[in-house]
Amino acid sequence: METSHNLSDSPGELPAAMLETATAAGDWILILPVIIALMAGALLLVLRHSRGYQSGFAILAVLAIIIVEIDLFWRVLETGPLAMTMGNWLPPFGITFVADLMGAGFALAASVVTLVVLVFFQAEIVPREQRHGFYPLVLLLLAGVTGAFLTGDLFNLYVWFEVMLISSFGLMIIGGRKIQLDGAVKYGFLNFLATTFFLVGLGYIYGLTGTLNMADISLVVPAADAGAMTAIAALFLLAFGMKAAAFPVNAWLPASYHTPDAAVSALFAGLLTKVGVYALLRIMIALLPASRDILDPVLTAIAVSTLLIAPLGALAQTNLRRALGFLVIGGIGAVFAGMALPTIVGVAGAIFYAFHSILTMSALYLVAGLIERVTQATDTRHMGGVYAASSPISIMFLILIFGAAGLPPFLGFWPKLLLAQGAIENSDWLILFAVLANSILTSIAGTRLWAHIFWRPGREGKFSEQKNDQLRRLSPLEKWAAQGSAIALVGIIVLVGLFPNLVFTSAGISAQDLLSTQRYIDAVGIEVTP
Amino acid sequence: MTEFLMAPFVGAFFAAAIYLILSRSVIRMLLGITILGNGVNLLIFIMGRVSPEVPPIVPAGALRPSELAANPLPQALILTAIVIGFALFTFLLVLGYRAYQELDADNTDNMRLAEPKNAPRPPMSY
Repeated sequence: METSHNLSDSPGELPAAMLETATAAGDWILILPVIIALMAGALLLVLRHSRGYQSGFAILAVLAIIIVEIDLFWRVLETGPLAMTMGNWLPPFGITFVADLMGAGFALAASVVTLVVLVFFQAEIVPREQRHGFYPLVLLLLAGVTGAFLTGDLFNLYVWFEVMLISSFGLMIIGGRKIQLDGAVKYGFLNFLATTFFLVGLGYIYGLTGTLNMADISLVVPAADAGAMTAIAALFLLAFGMKAAAFPVNAWLPASYHTPDAAVSALFAGLLTKVGVYALLRIMIALLPASRDILDPVLTAIAVSTLLIAPLGALAQTNLRRALGFLVIGGIGAVFAGMALPTIVGVAGAIFYAFHSILTMSALYLVAGLIERVTQATDTRHMGGVYAASSPISIMFLILIFGAAGLPPFLGFWPKLLLAQGAIENSDWLILFAVLANSILTSIAGTRLWAHIFWRPGREGKFSEQKNDQLRRLSPLEKWAAQGSAIALVGIIVLVGLFPNLVFTSAGISAQDLLSTQRYIDAVGIEVTP
Repeated sequence: MTEFLMAPFVGAFFAAAIYLILSRSVIRMLLGITILGNGVNLLIFIMGRVSPEVPPIVPAGALRPSELAANPLPQALILTAIVIGFALFTFLLVLGYRAYQELDADNTDNMRLAEPKNAPRPPMSY
């Protein structure tokens, strides 16, 4: 009683620390996607014995998340970034959630991919996997990814990373085949190490700036020691570079992404690396721009080597999904190229590319899953003649390969265009060369895959000119659930590629907000102390 | 001042952890991961500045805790990190044990199922 009396007596002595009013009901939309995913995941865990309802309930939950996120996206597009601080504390004391256009857009793409993967999985599931909690894990993974996209607090970002990590561990080993254990050991250790490095960076940034709120950090950093901040930025670059599988630290991705079920690897390819990329964009461009300028040669080197080496890796693989893993890595190189070009056009290119990569890479893995079902093989040497067996699959694969390579009029062309334009603006000819060479190399690697899987009549060796007798027809369930969901996702990709205006505008606004953080800071509502 | 005395310990933790993680044996890598986690927790603790043992409680009648009070935030951060790190470590421990049972290998050099040792050459056709 006494202290509260004192507080009201001298209001001028301390700055206000709490909001007196409740949050407007409409603003809860900001944390609703995470709440729905967490609650639905927990509920499904409790109801794990009633197997009949699991898939339907999970799909409904993700549908609800998509609806909320579309609404959130429109609101952010119309009125600018939206923020909310937990427990009515004022920032920087409470944990802040912020949706800017980049976070909201990525979160929306992530939940769309999750929905498609859930439908695809209906053709794949075996009861054993359901018992081990596939659906709760997917929902928790989505909660982690969405939380990471929407949080405005660095330590909270770490927590969401760990939520994502532990559910991805579970999904990685679901089914328990030997090859999955092998992949999971490499995936698990290296990703855990990466988040630990992230934690080291967090500790340093807290010690030197005294805050973990992103908006607050971007205000405090200009006054902090530039050398120390650059060291911290380099730590974050290492941590998130590992998460994103950029070139020198990419080895875990092709070692593990082909081991789980196709639906799970599609989910991973779409969501996990992109969260690392998102965190890097946020930290390098919005929070520590001065350190980014110092690290610019490093970013350029990573971008160029990743762009060039990844498609060469894909060329050298015979395992289909391992080859696709290298194409995922190539996309990460394109995002790094945008980070090395800190103008609006370059950063918008990076954001657009990450968005495109979420959709396209998931779709590629889903189509790879279909191919593996039709050919009953995982190695391209044992595939062949699928063009005659299934034209939808071959058309989808070709569209996605062209999209990944960045050929017009598909979705991947537009971000590559922005990146090339940014490189010309900055007279950065090395990056321009790497971006264009990546397109050529990716289309070579991709069309070779297409030729071997679809065009060649039979399997490799002496049967190559004979009809492939190992092909099987898709069952009706596979046809409707698996192939249908893949067609839906490819349809979305083609449509967005033909009418890219909304994504262009959004990527431009997102890049603007990253490069000048004023709108973000205003939304969070941090008082600038003179 | 205490910070400077404790900093070398963080360095020692990191050195030991990195040495162990670079090993081929999964069980050593696990030990390295644990030690690394402890090193990071100590680092966060030191970054929050070590101060005399004054609890961060606002005395009756005052508006703010005394200047000497301990910083409670790093402790909250470390507590979170310990819980999360322990959960992930437990998972990796079980994973390592299962991998040892199924793949009959504690040596990562022998874990070549996902990445076969003599990988076939890429197809030469087309």
